[in-house]
Amino acid sequence: MVRVTVLYFASLRDAAAVASESVESDAADLGALYESLRGRHGFALPINRLRVAVDGAFARWSDGLREGSEIAFIPPVSGG
Amino acid sequence: MKRFNLSDKPFGIVPLRDALLDAHAGAFASFEGWVRDHNDGRAVNGLRYEAYAALAEAEGERVLDEALEKFEIVDARCIHRIGDLAIGDLAVWVGVSAAHRDAAFAACRYIIDEVKGRAPIWKHERYAEGEAGWLHPEN
Repeated sequence: MVRVTVLYFASLRDAAAVASESVESDAADLGALYESLRGRHGFALPINRLRVAVDGAFARWSDGLREGSEIAFIPPVSGG
Repeated sequence: MKRFNLSDKPFGIVPLRDALLDAHAGAFASFEGWVRDHNDGRAVNGLRYEAYAALAEAEGERVLDEALEKFEIVDARCIHRIGDLAIGDLAVWVGVSAAHRDAAFAACRYIIDEVKGRAPIWKHERYAEGEAGWLHPEN
């Protein structure tokens, strides 16, 4: 088990009703972590429409979880 | 030096343009994105931008670095608003200086397209009929 901080933005934050939370997880990778949190919060967006970042840099869904890291799920962007 | 910035307040464009003045530059191109009163057939009253600030600034800076590599330009800047905006407000500003106009136009286009496509910034629109929602475009 590792403890990580998860950040939510835009529609994911609305669905989770929090901007961030501390999560204890034994997920094999970032993709599995998203799926478990999707089950808990009912996120509408499937994984193939998101990107993921760890500690402020884009990461891969197949990356493992590191103790104490900050993980952000990035919904499709709409700036400009 | 930081070339990309997020701003939670309205900003003036004259100082931004002045910062790009350069004896080597014969051309300046800029792009302004404004908040419009409609989207996808719905009337819009206003909007809010939210960003993952650390990553948006890093990615925005990367886009500007790329523009400086790809095009024969002297310098470039981009500022994107976050927070609540009203119809007509300036949402994003891009400015590019170059020796010649072709590179200035091309780099300006590249910067706005890439920032829109990559920087983690999200638009929350308030519709005239009372609903509101996040935009998560398909592409």
